[in-house]
Amino acid sequence: MNDIKEIKNQYLKSYELFENSLNGERFSSINGIRKEALSKFSDLSFPTVKDEEWKYTSIAPLLEHNFIPSFDKKHLTKNQIKKFLFESLESNVVVVINGHFSEELTNINKAPDGIEVSSIAKAISLNSPLIGKHFGKYADFSKHIFTSLSTAFTKDGVLIHIPESKIVDQPIHILFITSSENEKLLIQPRNLFVAEKNSQVTIIEHFVSINSGIYFTNTVTEIVVGENAVVDHLRIQEESKSAFHIGRMDIDQERSSNFSSHFISLGASLTRNDFNSKFNDEGGECKLNGLFLTENNQLFDVHTLIDHAKPHCNSHEHYKGILNHASRGVFNGKVIVRPDAQKTNAFQENNNIILSQEALINTKPQLEIFADDVKCSHGATIGQLNKDALFYLKSRGLGNEAARAILIHAFASDVIQSVKVKAVRNYIEEILSGKFNPPEESK
Amino acid sequence: MLEIKNLHASIDGKKILKGINLKINTGEVHAIMGPNGSGKSTLAQILAGREDYEITKGEIIYEGKNLLEMSPEDRAREGIFLAFQYPVEIPGVSNTNLLKTALNEIRKYRGLEEVDAMEFLSLIKEKTKLVELDQQLLSRSVNEGFSGGEKKRNEIFQMAVLEPKLAILDETDSGLDIDALKIVAKGVNTIKSKDNAVVVVTHYQRLLNYIIPDFVHVLYQGQIVKSGGKELAFELEEKGYDWVKEEKNELVTN
Ligand SMILES: Nc1ncnc2c1ncn2[C@@H]1O[C@H](COP(=O)(O)OP(=O)(O)OP(=O)(O)O)[C@@H](O)[C@H]1O
Ligand SMILES: [Mg+2]
Repeated sequence: MNDIKEIKNQYLKSYELFENSLNGERFSSINGIRKEALSKFSDLSFPTVKDEEWKYTSIAPLLEHNFIPSFDKKHLTKNQIKKFLFESLESNVVVVINGHFSEELTNINKAPDGIEVSSIAKAISLNSPLIGKHFGKYADFSKHIFTSLSTAFTKDGVLIHIPESKIVDQPIHILFITSSENEKLLIQPRNLFVAEKNSQVTIIEHFVSINSGIYFTNTVTEIVVGENAVVDHLRIQEESKSAFHIGRMDIDQERSSNFSSHFISLGASLTRNDFNSKFNDEGGECKLNGLFLTENNQLFDVHTLIDHAKPHCNSHEHYKGILNHASRGVFNGKVIVRPDAQKTNAFQENNNIILSQEALINTKPQLEIFADDVKCSHGATIGQLNKDALFYLKSRGLGNEAARAILIHAFASDVIQSVKVKAVRNYIEEILSGKFNPPEESK
Repeated sequence: MLEIKNLHASIDGKKILKGINLKINTGEVHAIMGPNGSGKSTLAQILAGREDYEITKGEIIYEGKNLLEMSPEDRAREGIFLAFQYPVEIPGVSNTNLLKTALNEIRKYRGLEEVDAMEFLSLIKEKTKLVELDQQLLSRSVNEGFSGGEKKRNEIFQMAVLEPKLAILDETDSGLDIDALKIVAKGVNTIKSKDNAVVVVTHYQRLLNYIIPDFVHVLYQGQIVKSGGKELAFELEEKGYDWVKEEKNELVTN
């Protein structure tokens, strides 16, 4: 226990350094929130497997390291980031390096006037009204120690503001790049995306790493989907295989808003995601899709919460997991239908394929329904590749690897097909093909 | 081409095949008949390489090679094709994808050039016509939502594309109306040549009016208890299997 206390003290101690790094910006409007979050962080304990919400995910490996907040800006060249770009999506690229917004590598070329894509640090220092209105309003830190850590150390990240009725055709590709050797950095990008009434945007959050070192990404993204706005969100997580990733996303959905999220995760050493969406008014539509692939000793955990606080909203959730070797997965999908929320439609499904004897998945749907005129369903499956199908394919001349690859692709295909951005869809196919080698013709 | 010698096989300790002997030469058509549960599908699946069965005795020589040591995919590449009694549904894998992959895997194995998209398309077109299969079915997932008849015709279609040396049809005629049955027969007769062989497993003599067998074998309780020419099929149709069973019992008691 002492060790854990020590780890926490380290974080608390580095706060002073952090404050110094803020310079004049420490007097900004959000400093009160930072301080409040810091005191919460100091009060809260790190979760253990005794906590219901962390039952299958022990963060002990994370607490073995003493991570140091990344204060300094690091520079990368265009060449160094090139391999992470999508060919057809190079016109709207945002680059964040070790949690710091990179002005020099960010390029927003194809967006209508009035769109704001900027560093959150800048917005804070300029006292942007958006910060005052939305920052920290959705990702509640009072019970979540990692969100309090993020909030206390808020420095930089991405702010996107789509004003009323603006349509952004070209997706905005945000690259969160980690470049760290052995410094054991704590990297905390903090993001706020606001899509005002009738606007439309596609945002890709893409987490990548240049090295394979040990670091800790603790990211919080708050998304406001205004009345009748459409936000298509994608998150691709390709952290270093020795890294830790704690990701939080909170979505505020206004009247008749439409939010969809596709989460593709190749994980890290330990990955924990908390995605929470709340319907604040009627007529909303929320889609949460996900595909996670784990291997070796990876642990992947996703907890989602869809809060049907208002009537006439629809939610669809479909997560698929492909688990290899001795990896572990956790899916926990909670849907709350509050007493007011009549005429709710909520569907949830989680399907998993286990490719080896040692892999393990814990899946738990949680429906809490307090209204009576609703349609809700959930289902979870855990299985292996279908033996009969494998034999059938082999009996047609396909080798073992190819047959397995084809079935794995087939398993993932509906989630992949639901990704609207073609470049990302192709990229996911590529990732799958890289991991599970089908013969060339099958593509 | 194929020689099965004293083949014994069991599953979960249960003996199913109890000494099968069968010799098939190129250019021949063999029909295997026999009551339900006698082991016909077991034999067919073992030939295709299903690994669930334990071979406790005997051997199978295919074109001079020990078949039992070959993987299912290599058997397919060496020209063995099984039309399944119950074709498997594979959601998410299109018929076209499966077939193109299969064809090219087989060609690669034989040192042939892979077919390109154009060649493949015209091949598909020709073969769908042959088995009167709706081309639209090809873009759908393998066998998913297909009617019984469509599944069987799809097996014959695959066979027609892959052009096997040894085709094994496990009850491809069961449940088909006469028109569909003729189509299946047409598919088989089109690929049939002096260089390949066909084994049809069936319960009904009717199919054998269209695919004329050189030999008819009766499989009963894991053994071939009687073999004959095509007239044996008529005899079985007329008299049922009881008389054959009796002959077998005599065989056992002697
Ligand atoms: N996977 C299995 N597990 C246990 N028993 C099996 C299995 N497969 C086949 N059997 C048994 O083996 C015996 C032979 O089955 P098989 O399917 O080969 O018969 P068949 O001659 O093809 O019958 P049918 O005419 O009904 O298709 C049956 O008693 C069957 O129950
Ligand atoms: Mg059978």
